[in-house]
Amino acid sequence: MKNLIALIPLLPFIGFLINGLGRKVLPKGVAGLIGSGTVLASFIISLTIFLQGNYAAPVVHLFDFISVGSLKIPFAFQVDQLTTLFLLIITGVGFLIHVYSTAYMHEEAGQHFARYFAYLNLFVFSMLLLVMGANFVIMFIGWEGVGLCSYLLIGYWFKNVNYTAAAKKAFVMNRIGDLGFLLAVFWIIAKLGTVSYNEVFTAANLAKLSATDITGITLLLFVGATGKSAQIPLYTWLPDAMAGPTPVSALIHAATMVTAGIYMIARSNALYQLAGTTNAIIAIIGAATALLAATIALRQNDIKKVLAYSTVSQLGYMFLALGTGAYTAAVFHVMTHAFFKALLFLGSGSVIHAVSGEQDIRNMGGLKKALPITYLTFLIGCIAIAGIPPFSGFFSKDAILLNAFAYDKFLWAVGLLTAALTAFYMFRLLFITFNGSFRGTEAQRHHLHESPIAMTLPLIILAVLSIAGGFVGIPALFTEGGEKLAEFLKPVINPEHTVHVEHSTEWVLVGLTTGIAVAAIIVAFLRYRNYKAEQPSAVGRLLENKWYVDELYNGVVVKPINALGSFANSFIEKSGIDALVNGVGKLVNYSGRQLRWLQSGQVGSYVLLMVVSMVMFFVLQFFLRR
Amino acid sequence: MPINYYIFLSLALFIIGIIGVLTRRNVIIVFMCIELMLNAVNLLLVAFSKMHHLAAAGAGNAVNNVGSEGQLFVFFIMVVAAAEVSVGLAIIVMLYRNTRSVDINFLNRLKH
Amino acid sequence: MSISEILFYALSAVSLVSALMVITSKNPVYSVLWLIITFFTISGHYLLLNAQFLAIVNIIVYAGAIMVLFLYVLMLMDLRKESEPQKNKWLKLAGAVAGGSLLLVLVAALRNADTRMAEINTGNIGLIENLGRVLFTEYVVPFEIASILFLSAMVGAVVIGKREKTIRTTTNTLQQEKTAEAVTA
Repeated sequence: MKNLIALIPLLPFIGFLINGLGRKVLPKGVAGLIGSGTVLASFIISLTIFLQGNYAAPVVHLFDFISVGSLKIPFAFQVDQLTTLFLLIITGVGFLIHVYSTAYMHEEAGQHFARYFAYLNLFVFSMLLLVMGANFVIMFIGWEGVGLCSYLLIGYWFKNVNYTAAAKKAFVMNRIGDLGFLLAVFWIIAKLGTVSYNEVFTAANLAKLSATDITGITLLLFVGATGKSAQIPLYTWLPDAMAGPTPVSALIHAATMVTAGIYMIARSNALYQLAGTTNAIIAIIGAATALLAATIALRQNDIKKVLAYSTVSQLGYMFLALGTGAYTAAVFHVMTHAFFKALLFLGSGSVIHAVSGEQDIRNMGGLKKALPITYLTFLIGCIAIAGIPPFSGFFSKDAILLNAFAYDKFLWAVGLLTAALTAFYMFRLLFITFNGSFRGTEAQRHHLHESPIAMTLPLIILAVLSIAGGFVGIPALFTEGGEKLAEFLKPVINPEHTVHVEHSTEWVLVGLTTGIAVAAIIVAFLRYRNYKAEQPSAVGRLLENKWYVDELYNGVVVKPINALGSFANSFIEKSGIDALVNGVGKLVNYSGRQLRWLQSGQVGSYVLLMVVSMVMFFVLQFFLRR
Repeated sequence: MPINYYIFLSLALFIIGIIGVLTRRNVIIVFMCIELMLNAVNLLLVAFSKMHHLAAAGAGNAVNNVGSEGQLFVFFIMVVAAAEVSVGLAIIVMLYRNTRSVDINFLNRLKH
Repeated sequence: MSISEILFYALSAVSLVSALMVITSKNPVYSVLWLIITFFTISGHYLLLNAQFLAIVNIIVYAGAIMVLFLYVLMLMDLRKESEPQKNKWLKLAGAVAGGSLLLVLVAALRNADTRMAEINTGNIGLIENLGRVLFTEYVVPFEIASILFLSAMVGAVVIGKREKTIRTTTNTLQQEKTAEAVTA
């Protein structure tokens, strides 16, 4: 059992090593096979663990990682219910995306193909480390590892300057968040002297923390989560991250990595349940992010950008759930979102593949006939994300909205509005892309084709999961003995209070949510059934330019820092440090030039100087030092 | 004899050698002065060797070989000096052959 | 005052005077001769100290071999005449002052030094028998290394002293002779 658990992250790591080191010699087929096979093996092991269902001793101690004074940080894994769920999502969805990638990336040169799979495996390894770690430090290793892989994969086509700039942006923004995470860990160490979950989250230890400690720690952890999970104010990197290959967007920037923040907060739920202020902040930021991203998504024309903002929006939902104390609902949404968002991204990849790399939906249209499988699965994904019963998105979103309703009516209203916007922009995307007539070039039209089986098969599997995935968490409202997920997660996530809403109210809420989503879909259908280029209104332009947030950040943060940097460069560096350093050099140079005259080659003067210095030494030795 | 006397005698010889080196320009004379300085040191070494021998004998030391190291050192210094003179004179001969002079200041041509 | 003390003073006086003559005489040949006298007096000191082996070696190696080499070089260069360029007199003064001050400093430093006695006329460590035993047991490795030093000095002297042009010409002539032989054969 112990070895089996260690194998889960180890296998992708071995795959990374083989692909990374042998990238110049491995043929593409072998590289793809190794990349996918190791993840598949991890998935099978995870499935075994899940089916065994034996969580009696979740912590597996491998070796001592850091041992300094009284601080002992073991390298240990903790595989409990929450981790198992994430393991299944990561390795399962990850495997599908690996398979998809073998076809999608097939045009890359062999070396870069293997490099891609090496990065992807390294990412899976880091992500597994993140969710399996039994303490905050191991989690932080994975946390940094996924950030690194995200950077590497966004900048995968490193010859394009814009892409590398996007990679840098993602990296820097993540670092800002990571600092918060790190400070929180330090704070925990300073107060409790341990970072292991099962020691930190004991009642005795939690009682040691003052209210300030708890608020501070939870807020700092949340800062880390905003960076990784793209919440206000650190969300702008995620849409830019679409510069990476589409399967990467599906795996990292939709299904797994961006949910790391949700995992971390769900993992620390014992801590967060004590922090009322932080929860309110989380809920507000989550709701605001959801709404903001949804409005931006309304007017984006890049197929991946729409999905990216939709991801940000859905992450906002999850944080709304976390803030309202509905940890199970958040994890539930992570799961369903992983299914349908991976599906949507992979579907968009299939579309992009079909139209020869075009990403602007204004140049698409009418793809329904050429890409029947892609269209169907994409449609399922859209229905799922829009929250139409009985697709998976409906259940998770409903759970979140229900909790929000019980927590605060205003937040609930925001959530409801966002749900309507979500349905609207997703179906706008669907109709513009697949309905109407084709608006691309003739060459693209001839090239239109359905993707190979390696790409459509993951789509179909994910579509099935998107339909059925919601049934694990059917609320008690619909069937007796629902809430399987909550029951499953109970040992890890045990909220002190559960929401009690009258069944009649709940029915009204469900009906309202569904009705508003359907209405939005109808509006979208009427408006975008036959898309024609249109002049954007003032608001439209504002949305198209993403509320000018990037420009605002540029003006407020980037430019002053650049100015500070150039000031430091021109004044402190050039006329301060450089002058000092060069001054030393000049001094040596000058004195050397002067002393050169002593080195005359005249033996007589050498001897004279030698004798004089001997006299001086003797004088010093015998007369002055006494 | 008190060791002082030997110290001062060899000091005087040594200083004479130094002054010779400093004041003469003929390379051969400079070289001879160096030999003089070496001899001054040799003399002092032998004197010290005998001094230590006497001290050891006074202390009733059975193995009476104390001090022979000093004299062996003199022997080795002579060996080195002989080697040095052979090479040094060869250099001087070359200098004379190239410059037709034995002026020590011409030795700065070794720089080039 | 015993006979050996008298001898000590006399030898000291002669050695100092002759050493001074070495650096003051104009003619380098005279300098060499005065230096030989100095070496002889130093050998006398060795004898007084009962270091017979060193006394003999000093005379053979220094006064004999080395100084003869000096004389030989001088004769080779034909430097009997007053050809030595004189140094700037200020430089000379500076040199004398520097040397004098070194003497002063050292004498002042050592005037209160140990007044133990150095053995005169007695003791047998300076005899060949004793020195030889030590030299060939404890110091045999340095002794052998000294021979390598000599070898390298010899090679060095030959390399420095040889005339490249002449060597080339001799080889040329040798080759010419060989070709001539071949032609006649």
